[in-house]
Amino acid sequence: MKFGIVVFPGTWSDRDCYYSVHNILGQEAAYVWHKETDITGHDCVILPGGFSYGDYLRTGAIARFSPVMEAVAEFAGKGKPVIGICNGFQVLCEAHLLPGVLRQNDHLQYRCQWTYLKTENTSTVFTSKCPKGQVLKIPISHYEGRYYADDAVLEELEANNRVAFRYATPDGDVTIQANPNGALNNIAGIINKQGNVLGMMPHPERSCEDILGSADGNIIWESIIASI
Amino acid sequence: MPVSKETLDEIALSRKEYNLIVQKLGRDPTEVELGMFGSLWSEHCGYKHSKALLRLFPTMGKHVLIKPGEENAGVIDIGDGQVVAFKMESHNHPSYIEPYQGAATGVGGIVRDIFTMGIRPIALMNSLRFGPLSDPHNRYLMGGVVGGIAGYGNCLGIADVGGEIYFDECYSNNPLVNALCLGIGRVEDLVKARACGEGNLIMLVGADTGRDGLHGASGLASRTFEEVRELRSAVQVGNPFMEKLLIEACLELARTDWIVGMQDCGAAGLTSAMVEAAAKGKSGLDIDVQKVPRREKGMTPYEVMLSESQERMVVIVKKGYEDRVRALFDRWELHSDIIGRVTPDGLATIRDGSQIVASAPVEILNTPPIYRFRPKRPSWLDKLGQLDLAKVKDISPKKAGDVLLKLLASPNICSKHKVYRQYDHQVGNNTVVLPGSDAAVLRIQGTQKAISMVTDGNGRYCYVNPFLGGVIAVAEAARNTACSGARPVAITNCLNFGNPEKNDVIYQLQECIKGMSHACKKLKIPVISGNVSLYNETRGVAIFPTPVVGMVGLIRDVKHHCSAGFKNEGDTVLLLGDSGGGESLGSSEYLELFHGTVRGSQQIDIEMEKRLQACLIKAVERGLLNSAHDCSDGGLSVTLAESCILGNTGFKGNLEVTGRLDAALFGEAQSRAVVSVNPRATRRLESLAFKYNIPVTRLGSVGGSRLIIKGYIDLPLNQVHNDWCNGL
Repeated sequence: MKFGIVVFPGTWSDRDCYYSVHNILGQEAAYVWHKETDITGHDCVILPGGFSYGDYLRTGAIARFSPVMEAVAEFAGKGKPVIGICNGFQVLCEAHLLPGVLRQNDHLQYRCQWTYLKTENTSTVFTSKCPKGQVLKIPISHYEGRYYADDAVLEELEANNRVAFRYATPDGDVTIQANPNGALNNIAGIINKQGNVLGMMPHPERSCEDILGSADGNIIWESIIASI
Repeated sequence: MPVSKETLDEIALSRKEYNLIVQKLGRDPTEVELGMFGSLWSEHCGYKHSKALLRLFPTMGKHVLIKPGEENAGVIDIGDGQVVAFKMESHNHPSYIEPYQGAATGVGGIVRDIFTMGIRPIALMNSLRFGPLSDPHNRYLMGGVVGGIAGYGNCLGIADVGGEIYFDECYSNNPLVNALCLGIGRVEDLVKARACGEGNLIMLVGADTGRDGLHGASGLASRTFEEVRELRSAVQVGNPFMEKLLIEACLELARTDWIVGMQDCGAAGLTSAMVEAAAKGKSGLDIDVQKVPRREKGMTPYEVMLSESQERMVVIVKKGYEDRVRALFDRWELHSDIIGRVTPDGLATIRDGSQIVASAPVEILNTPPIYRFRPKRPSWLDKLGQLDLAKVKDISPKKAGDVLLKLLASPNICSKHKVYRQYDHQVGNNTVVLPGSDAAVLRIQGTQKAISMVTDGNGRYCYVNPFLGGVIAVAEAARNTACSGARPVAITNCLNFGNPEKNDVIYQLQECIKGMSHACKKLKIPVISGNVSLYNETRGVAIFPTPVVGMVGLIRDVKHHCSAGFKNEGDTVLLLGDSGGGESLGSSEYLELFHGTVRGSQQIDIEMEKRLQACLIKAVERGLLNSAHDCSDGGLSVTLAESCILGNTGFKGNLEVTGRLDAALFGEAQSRAVVSVNPRATRRLESLAFKYNIPVTRLGSVGGSRLIIKGYIDLPLNQVHNDWCNGL
């Protein structure tokens, strides 16, 4: 299948995404410049991490106005898989393709560390290869990763099984200590109502080989590949 | 009209130097020329006090492709057409005045040095020194510096894989902020920093030019600290987003054949970028400052030429290719303007529209005087080098555990995870050994190879014995490299010293360089790049002489690399090397923390060091070692504790103590490493050590939840871990 990897000015995990889906998983991949308006040739679109436009305003707030985002919205509207990682998650929220926002970490510091994600919903196109409750070891790297939404949105997410991943201990216990940024309900990733758009703060493209400390991120790509 | 003393002071030139300029030019320099001379002849750009000494460094080696001074950074060949460029640079003074921006722009500058060469920066490291954190101002400085490194570096998508941080009173008003950047690329993409070819165009790319950073090189970096408090405007403000765009655009450009050279605007801005590039290309240049896009109105030609506004690049474009180059930058939404052209006359001609404001030979501008010194050994060094052990009370066995915990919690030894977790150390999918081990290890994608990176430098050792301190700085970096299983390939360095116009300081500089050179020659490690930061003193008190070594090593097969944490329960733990006697307490962390004194020189046998490192590398390559950890600050007991903490497991063993207990546990004798091996491989390691003539001692075994050295130390692992984790 063919992955389209969107590149905004300031994006930096585009190359890592390319490496993991192409070099590790042997899939076709191509960079999509943020000014492109036709992305219909791809089977899945990745919005990678980075600091789009420097993120000097609210994170993702400028990138959402890039020409490519209209195409991404259309692509998602057709039920095709879109995954936003880190800055990509922030962009998806700003573009209202996902609800809620990513606020500054509660400790007001950047955080780069391993996290353990409890897979809450294994029936999505992004997680079908995860046995239920499986813990994935995937690192975070962000300053603004604290998921926040109002009570109504949060209730709806929880009620409809739309929380894909929660920060947990290596044993899968969802605790305050395991939460690296103060995210509500330890939320690390959510999906949209239709289940074809995933936003997550941790970087699955970095957990792509054992020598780097974990290959758990591949499960997400493999799930997407299996769904097409 | 004779130039005033105030003018000369402002640009940090002496009257004698001014007279030399007049003599060489055969006339008085114009205002703009004088400013250009001030910058180019500053210590920061011209190395006038240090150049003669720097020539002592060995720079030849089988891997060396580009030597120091030839380009923006040194380059080594790692085979398969791949090259690695790296360099370290200081941003001490700016970071003291404005810690966040000072440190941020330090990162920006060193990153530009790498991608200017057409090489993608993939890793950063930082070597930092602050005064004690008990002083809130020092805490503020550290917070700002770390925030600046994180804020700038994280935005670029370059992994920051650690470094080191030390604290001492002498850095209270003189923090050290040294940043190392390493890049990897293909040999055919290398771009030179030269301006040549008559009629080729000089293009300025990136940020607009403002008044920020005026006199950064001549003023900030070439004076002592009490003079610079007022020079806040000399600190630049960074824009990492712009830098990220420049990285991508310039790397794209490097793969074309549209340009002849590229140079970043660093210290002394356009002046040094242009003059150095013209000197390397043996050309002249002719630029019009009116073509330079400005951030503010009313800037004079002098200000335009000396501005240190960040994120600017000079590109020498082949005539006829300017539209293609401009289109490339347009795509990245970067400004690019043609500001002049290359000439054959060897003159740096600067115009302000129709008026010529400077026209001086490039050769003269780029050839500052070189000062040679015959410094005398300061008499106080003799006393400082001696340690009277009779005056140092040994500890009782009952106290050993408490002392160990205090050492583990001391800022110089404790975990620095609170700092490096703020840096993105994994972007790029290369980082195999994360910050916190002896050396960071990054694999090279598409190959079996990996590189190790480490920074090292102990100011205390250099203070009591500058020669041996210099030797140890290199030896320890190489030992850390060997512990990761890598063969040292080359070093870069940052020489942080006081005011070189003083005999004591120039003596320290000379001896440290001699010591480092000695170790480099013995260990066969060339120096490929470096930086000198002088005038690090406040109110007449200089910092400890602090040479920082940045070392890169090569691992043939990444499968065989090693890290510091114990791995498996039941593994045998051994000490390689000789712990010596009481003299190993000299200038140790223990001595300062518990006896309040910095005295006594460490000793080192460089031949033994060389054999130890060869033995370590061989043992890792043969797959014998499960962990290897250099024995350094805090001595053997701290080394064991750290291997336990990093491996999240205990240790139980014995230590034969014949002399002083404190020396046995906390002495910092050089050329030692603690390793762990599968019990069945113990004999093989011992015979390997025997072959290399390295003393080897069985200490005990890995396992359990306590750290036990029978008769002296028995501590629960979680307490050891907690104290070490919460020291900062």
